Amino acid sequence: MTARVVKVGDHFQLEKAPISKLQLVKYSGASGDFNPIHTDDEFAKSSGYPGVFAHGMLSMAFVGELLSKTFGAAHTTRLHVRFKSITWPGDVVTCHAEVTSVDGDHAALKVWAATAKGITVEGTASVRLA
Amino acid sequence: MDFRPHIGRVSPPLTLDVERGHIRRFVEAIGDPDPVYRDEAAARAAGHPAIPAPPTFATCLRPNDVREGLDVDWSKILHGEMEFVYQRPLFAGDRLTLVQKLADVYEKQGKSGAMDFLVLETVARDQAGALVYTARSVVVVKK
Repeated sequence: MTARVVKVGDHFQLEKAPISKLQLVKYSGASGDFNPIHTDDEFAKSSGYPGVFAHGMLSMAFVGELLSKTFGAAHTTRLHVRFKSITWPGDVVTCHAEVTSVDGDHAALKVWAATAKGITVEGTASVRLA
Repeated sequence: MDFRPHIGRVSPPLTLDVERGHIRRFVEAIGDPDPVYRDEAAARAAGHPAIPAPPTFATCLRPNDVREGLDVDWSKILHGEMEFVYQRPLFAGDRLTLVQKLADVYEKQGKSGAMDFLVLETVARDQAGALVYTARSVVVVKK
């Protein structure tokens, strides 16, 4: 593959389909995170929440998808996020990545994901451009 | 409980295979349509030696939990931060040995009272012993 040419300030984004409860079941199974707070409404309510909510790692996975779509699969060398707010079934998550520096074949990025209600995850990433 | 005396504790090593069916279930769950995760020919055409794993797939490779045996209230745990650092990409067919370490513990005051922050560091090595990735997770335990 030829090297991807990017410059500081370049911005990429990806809007995901609304999160569904079925998706949370699938993500639990695939990831091995079986905390019932993500799949069992009664359990979530008994824990003080209005219902099940998404794994923070699902939003992080969406950010990973944006990086792979933009720079190629297996080109992400580092990804770090802080989990800022909960996402709920029905929420539409949009992921963003902005180039903050370019050094030869590597770029550093600021990344974040948001719903209409605000930021869900934010952090930084490093990718290979070649 | 006071987690600080347990800083440095490590979990027993666990060896796991990166399986293509597992990668497929993961990308189906997150809704990533890229054929390189589903079709070996597509992966090779894109320059990969095998089906690659998505950037956060390493979370599916669960080590023995270093918190095993500690008095953790699982209903009071939140995920604060996550980081993956790859020394090389992960591909279907990789066999990795994982060890998790309780790397640090610190306390902070939050809006709803004191919270413990546990830093869990998972190191994955290939069968030659080379480091493949490090996954660092910060979990928050409300007191």
